[in-house]
Amino acid sequence: MPVRVQTADFDAGREIAALRSGDPRVGAVASFIGTVRDVNEASPVSAMTLEHYPGMTEKALATIVAEARARFDILDALVIHRVGDLRPTDQIVLVAVTSAHRGDAFDACRFIMDYLKTRAPFWKKERTADGTRWVDARASDETAAAQWERDR
Amino acid sequence: MPDSSAPSSVITVRVVYLARLRDAFASDGESLAVRGDAPTVGAAIAALRARGGAWADELAPGRAVRYAVNHEVAPAEASLRNGDELALLPPVTGG
Repeated sequence: MPVRVQTADFDAGREIAALRSGDPRVGAVASFIGTVRDVNEASPVSAMTLEHYPGMTEKALATIVAEARARFDILDALVIHRVGDLRPTDQIVLVAVTSAHRGDAFDACRFIMDYLKTRAPFWKKERTADGTRWVDARASDETAAAQWERDR
Repeated sequence: MPDSSAPSSVITVRVVYLARLRDAFASDGESLAVRGDAPTVGAAIAALRARGGAWADELAPGRAVRYAVNHEVAPAEASLRNGDELALLPPVTGG
C-alpha cells in the first residue's frame, strides 16, 4: 500500500528499504519526515491529537500520490501519516519517493507534502498550558501548494 | 403531470462533523432531512445554519468550511441524493 494512516510509529529506514527493494532502476530516494515541535505560535505545546476522516483521508492521499506519479518521472512513492495522541519529538508523517534521478525525487516529495498540507483531511488539536486548541491553517501552506498550480 | 398537492420530495443524508465543528456542535454527526426537488449541499447547509447559535456562527457565509460528499470535495452547488454522506471539514492542518 503506497498510503497508510496509522496510530503506530514508523521506521523510516525500514520503509525506504522496502520501497526501493530490489529495483535496480532506482538511482535516487528523497524522503521527508514531519515531527511534533514543542512550540506553536509562541506558546509551549505539551501534546497533540491528530484526527482524520476515515475513508476520505486515505482516498485524498492516494489521489495526491497518483497526481505526483502523473507529474513527475518517479518509480514509487509512499506516504505514512500518524493519527491519535502524539508528543513533542514524535514522528507525524513520512513521504518517500524513488526515481532514476534526484530532480524528480526531490520535486515529487515536496509536491506530495505541499498538497498533503492543504488537501488531506487531517486536523491537529494541541494541548498547551491554557488548555486544548484546534490548530489554525497557515496561509503559507496554501501559498506553497499554489506554487505547483502555477508551475503546471 | 405531478400532483401539485403532493408534498415536495425529501431525502435523508448522513452529515458528519469533524474536528473543530464536532466540538462546536457537540456532535459527530446526524441524519438530516433535506427538502426540495433538487436538493444541494448548499440547501443542507442553509437548513443547519437556520438553527442559529453555534450553527449560524460556524456556518456563516465566508467561514472557511469545505464540504465533501461521499468522501469527495464538493461545492455548495453539488446535488445530494438520498443516503449520501455529507461531511463538513474545517481547514486541514495535517503533516
